[in-house]
Amino acid sequence: HSSPSHLSTSLLILRERFCFQKLPSAPVGLESQHKHLLELLKRTAIHGESNSVLIVGPRGAGKTMLLKSVLNELLDVKEVKSNILLVQLNGLLQTDDRIALKEITRQLNLENVVGDKVFGSFAENLAFLLEALKKGDRSSSRPVLFTLDEFDLFTHHKNQTLLYNLFDISQSAQTPVAVVGLTCRVDVLELLEKRVKSRFSHRQIQALSPMDFPQYVELVQQQLSLPQEFPDGRFAHEWNNSVKALCEDKSVEDVLRKHFNLSKDFRSLHMLLFLALSCVTPSNPTIKPSLLLEASRLCTMDCKANMLHGLSILELCLIIAMKHLNDHYQDEPFNFEMVYNEFKKFLQRKSHSVHSFEKPVVIKAFEHLQQLELIRPVDGSASRTQKEYQLMKLLLDHTQVMEALQRYPQCPTDVNWSD
Amino acid sequence: MSRYFTRLKMKRCYKWGGRPSLCNRKFKSCYYDSLYVSTDGQRDACLIQTGQHILVEGDDDDKPYVAKLLKLFGDGKMGLVVQWFVHFSEVPYNRRKLLGRTPHPQEIFLYEDRTCDGEIDAETIIGSVEVEHLPPDASFPETGQKGTLYFKLCWDTKAFKVVDAEGRHLDDKTPLVSVSVAPTTRVLPTPDATVMKRALSVTLSRVSASAGKLAASEVESGHSASKLSASKFLSRRRRGSCDSTPGVRKKLDLNSPNKKLTTDDVLGELLNEEIESQTEMARKLQSTPSKLPLQEFNLSPLKSSNRPSNGMSMTPLRSQRPPSPSPHTPPDHTSDWVSRFLGCCLIGFLFVFCSLTFPLFSPRARTPSQKKDPVSAIKEPALGSLAEELPEVSEQTDITPRSKRKSARLVSSRIRKQLNLLNAGEDQVFEDDSGDECFVPSKKDAGSTSEDEESGQAESEDEGISVKKRRLAASCRTPRSSRKAPASARTPHKSSSKKVVSNKPRTPRHATPGIPSRSLPARKPGNVLEEARARLHVSSVPDSLPCREQEFQDIYSFVESKIVGGNGGCMYISGVPGTGKTATVHEVIRCLQHASEQDELPSFRFIEINGMKMTDPHQAYVQILQKLTNQKATADHAAALLEKRFSNPAPQKETTVLLVDELDLLWTKKQNVMYNLFDWPTRRYARLVVLAIANTMDLPERIMINRVASRLGLTRMSFQPYSFKQLQQIITSRLNQVKAFEEDAVQLVSRKVAALSGDARRCLDICRRATEICEHSSSRQPGSGLVGMAHVMEALDEMFSSSYISAIRCASTQEQLFLRAVIAEFRRLGLEEATFQQVFVQHRALCRMEGLQPISVSEGLAVCQRLGTSRILLLEPSRLDLLLRVRLNVSQDDVLYALKED
Repeated sequence: HSSPSHLSTSLLILRERFCFQKLPSAPVGLESQHKHLLELLKRTAIHGESNSVLIVGPRGAGKTMLLKSVLNELLDVKEVKSNILLVQLNGLLQTDDRIALKEITRQLNLENVVGDKVFGSFAENLAFLLEALKKGDRSSSRPVLFTLDEFDLFTHHKNQTLLYNLFDISQSAQTPVAVVGLTCRVDVLELLEKRVKSRFSHRQIQALSPMDFPQYVELVQQQLSLPQEFPDGRFAHEWNNSVKALCEDKSVEDVLRKHFNLSKDFRSLHMLLFLALSCVTPSNPTIKPSLLLEASRLCTMDCKANMLHGLSILELCLIIAMKHLNDHYQDEPFNFEMVYNEFKKFLQRKSHSVHSFEKPVVIKAFEHLQQLELIRPVDGSASRTQKEYQLMKLLLDHTQVMEALQRYPQCPTDVNWSD
Repeated sequence: MSRYFTRLKMKRCYKWGGRPSLCNRKFKSCYYDSLYVSTDGQRDACLIQTGQHILVEGDDDDKPYVAKLLKLFGDGKMGLVVQWFVHFSEVPYNRRKLLGRTPHPQEIFLYEDRTCDGEIDAETIIGSVEVEHLPPDASFPETGQKGTLYFKLCWDTKAFKVVDAEGRHLDDKTPLVSVSVAPTTRVLPTPDATVMKRALSVTLSRVSASAGKLAASEVESGHSASKLSASKFLSRRRRGSCDSTPGVRKKLDLNSPNKKLTTDDVLGELLNEEIESQTEMARKLQSTPSKLPLQEFNLSPLKSSNRPSNGMSMTPLRSQRPPSPSPHTPPDHTSDWVSRFLGCCLIGFLFVFCSLTFPLFSPRARTPSQKKDPVSAIKEPALGSLAEELPEVSEQTDITPRSKRKSARLVSSRIRKQLNLLNAGEDQVFEDDSGDECFVPSKKDAGSTSEDEESGQAESEDEGISVKKRRLAASCRTPRSSRKAPASARTPHKSSSKKVVSNKPRTPRHATPGIPSRSLPARKPGNVLEEARARLHVSSVPDSLPCREQEFQDIYSFVESKIVGGNGGCMYISGVPGTGKTATVHEVIRCLQHASEQDELPSFRFIEINGMKMTDPHQAYVQILQKLTNQKATADHAAALLEKRFSNPAPQKETTVLLVDELDLLWTKKQNVMYNLFDWPTRRYARLVVLAIANTMDLPERIMINRVASRLGLTRMSFQPYSFKQLQQIITSRLNQVKAFEEDAVQLVSRKVAALSGDARRCLDICRRATEICEHSSSRQPGSGLVGMAHVMEALDEMFSSSYISAIRCASTQEQLFLRAVIAEFRRLGLEEATFQQVFVQHRALCRMEGLQPISVSEGLAVCQRLGTSRILLLEPSRLDLLLRVRLNVSQDDVLYALKED
């Protein structure tokens, strides 16, 4: 029986791994890309060769992880560490060139050189930075490494001034720079203006890993395993064995396959494993397949179906009426009067358990549904028409309604009139 | 024109002293001898006469400008013509160390600059000042008079030179003969009476031989210089004939090239018969490099004869040859000053004659007798002056046939190589020559002020400085940085407010911070592939741009003609990105700057702005103003200042060449920025040449309103995308004998790029990537070490292959399924658009078909959004939820192709 302290340390290690996106020791499935980028940046740092490159890959494919691990490795080289200057920008933070320029100036530690004068105006700032960068040359000045996260957002800046200038520097005999852009848009080159595009070197590193399912399972196992240097070797061994057993379980494999089929994203995997891990307690010291199943259920839950569970009977009846209308009129939009009519028809037919409601009350329920965005007005009909006649559309799928009705707590049987 | 009366708050009054001494009715101007300056509170007026030194209002209240009054004239307003002096503080920072000592606080320097305007308004006079000339070896008086200023040296914007008190200044009253002698006396130590007599008699006989003869000689030598480009000839003509004010004439007089020309002229005339055959030969040689040895023999004496004065060892053999290149330089001056220098020239001729008659007469043998023998004493400086101008000639030979730039350069470089070989690797020779060349006037002055060897020492010291400067300039890639930058900070130009910043910049020049320098030096390329990669980088500027000769020639001749003609103009250059527009213009400017450094062209100033490198079109004004005058202003103020500057009639200004890159970004609603840029060159005295670069050929028609397009004019040039042959040539010329690529590989790249865009940058980038791939693959399996077809193919694939397909292939199963569902729904609808809800129905059906568990709507939306962020799908905003419309961003075929593979 393992001691609780060991369990808590192991949980701490794993949580850190999942929450802080702690880097794996080596990039998984991106080895060649890693080598390419490392070589490229090394040349900038050591030879003073200017370069520009884009790392393209879907969200969660490990672009940032790739860049970070390359930078870590790069900065381990002594020759590089003392030479290179790093400027990190993010398209979500530096939303226009003015802010970006200030940030660059700050990160290059240039802002105090001429006092507050630098921040006089946007134009001065640009001229100042360009002047500073122009002064350097290949052999004598320190290379500057620009990383532009969410690169595609920089292309929306006015005239793409920043990108033009960065790429222009990278193509002229000035201070050596390396411009590394990270983006999830495959069509990023089409966003670049033609002269900016011409100055970009057209190097793209595709952060795409052709991972298959066995590798995925292996990755899961690796992510859940405790490291070799864990203080108590025996505990680590036991834990790792239990993880191995878990990954070989049939139901777990099904869950993982479902996730794998949905996306190869690292982050969603981390979420799944984290949910399972959070149920591990001293009384329940290993990850059981049931925990993982439960976590998977939480992850893949349909949010709209869940919302339906919280509706009143009246609202549910209205939803069903709308569904009927949809069925009859092939997804044509409807208005309140139509729904109310349908609802009244239902009441006339079988009103054993459902009370009849005043019209204002029904309107209130209808409006509530609109607030929940289960229905939404058709574009353009919102303003002029009277509330009751506004055209609406149901934002629920047939299956979602059916599922909700089946799961609704104490649903009156006659409400279930979905025939 | 703005005036500041900050120094003296009281008002000053100005009044002519006496009657005008000379009147020009045509220009309605009168010349006076003196001027009264009286200050309001004070009774006694101060009389200022020509020849006196005056203080002129400057930007610095403590140090007003100093000048010598040459002329007083009135044409409605009161004007002066002055010879400027400068304080040490007015010398540009980077040149101050050329002085080699700390300046005396009361020291000033005679200012010589052709481009500097000597005309000022009388109202800028503050008062008179005592200026005293000191011989160069004299020390400054310890307790001098408080107001007195001293000058020893002259500053000609390039170097400090020794001057004498009077010799430099022309005295209009001196009779003709003495004028012709005056330079001689200046040049020579003590002229021997007999020699002088002989010289004079020849001079007089020549002068009296009628002006017709002179004119004939002029024509003749002009003819002999027919291989000089016409524009250059024109420039000479202009330079020679434009002197109306004494200041200008004096400048010309002091200008060594002109003096040389005179010598050349006469020499050419006298030696014409003797060396005509040689000239012919030389002419042929210039066009045919095969006969180089002869040419180089012709050139060699200049070096060897130069040596004694440098105190260097020499080979006597070389000096036996007559300086045949002399007829290459045409005369271009009015006859009066031909005659003025005839004396000087004749001495030069005498020596040449001597050396012709006694071919074995070696300078070394002569040197010991220098002091005793007056004849050789005369000869010595003449020899020096000859020796000085010959390098100039040799320089000219390599630039003169401008119309055939390439071939001429080739020839000249070969000549240089051979010369270097001949001199057994003494490549100092050229540097000495060039050093001498810019040292010309000072040598003569030194000769006149002190006759003994001390002056020789001072000379060699000075020479050392100038040589050093030369080397510095040579090591610097762009002449602009070394030469043009101080231009803004040098001219003591009236009392214009523009000088405020340039003379005492608020922040020192080096305040703009740069990127800190490396702690470890950059590593040099280690192997062939790395070397090739360095050469193929777009940033490495090649010596010449292949495949753009015609465009180069057109732009060059356009700008050159404008500079020479002293007028303005616009040129519009268009072409798709990466076709070498900016590079060609820069190359043109480099060549022009080189030419102007060789004094073949009037000096000009080059300014570059880029529409992409500014935040707002109106910033163009600010940048132009700052680059012109080093002054900071807001956009509106800058526009006003520039407007004033370009509309101001100041004919002596140098030409400004303005390169406007990415012109289309200077577009504003009213188009006033573009309008001004193209309007300024049309102003009479602006002397502005605008080269505008943009991507689209029809920009003037498309976005410019009529008045702007009309001012832009029709001088247009369009750069065509490179053809594959040109791209191939570009790569090979860049690689320049570095064997890193297989021939086929280069061809493949260039064909591929030419077919796609013709962008040279792309071509170079692909080649660079191919070298990397080659390096990787050779580390895995050793191959030939050359970049082959396979490597290039891989690089091309990386850069040009659609990333959509690989993105789809690496997508998850559900994402691929969703794409299938999208296509199925499109086919069902017959449209290229569907709502998510519709697609999701298909998706669910497909899931069942594939035996997968159907996913919930939320998950389906997440899948859809993921495809949307990669832009494989185009989506409406997600608030539409189920109703959001889906479109493909790739063709259906591509999707099916990508999905079929696995």
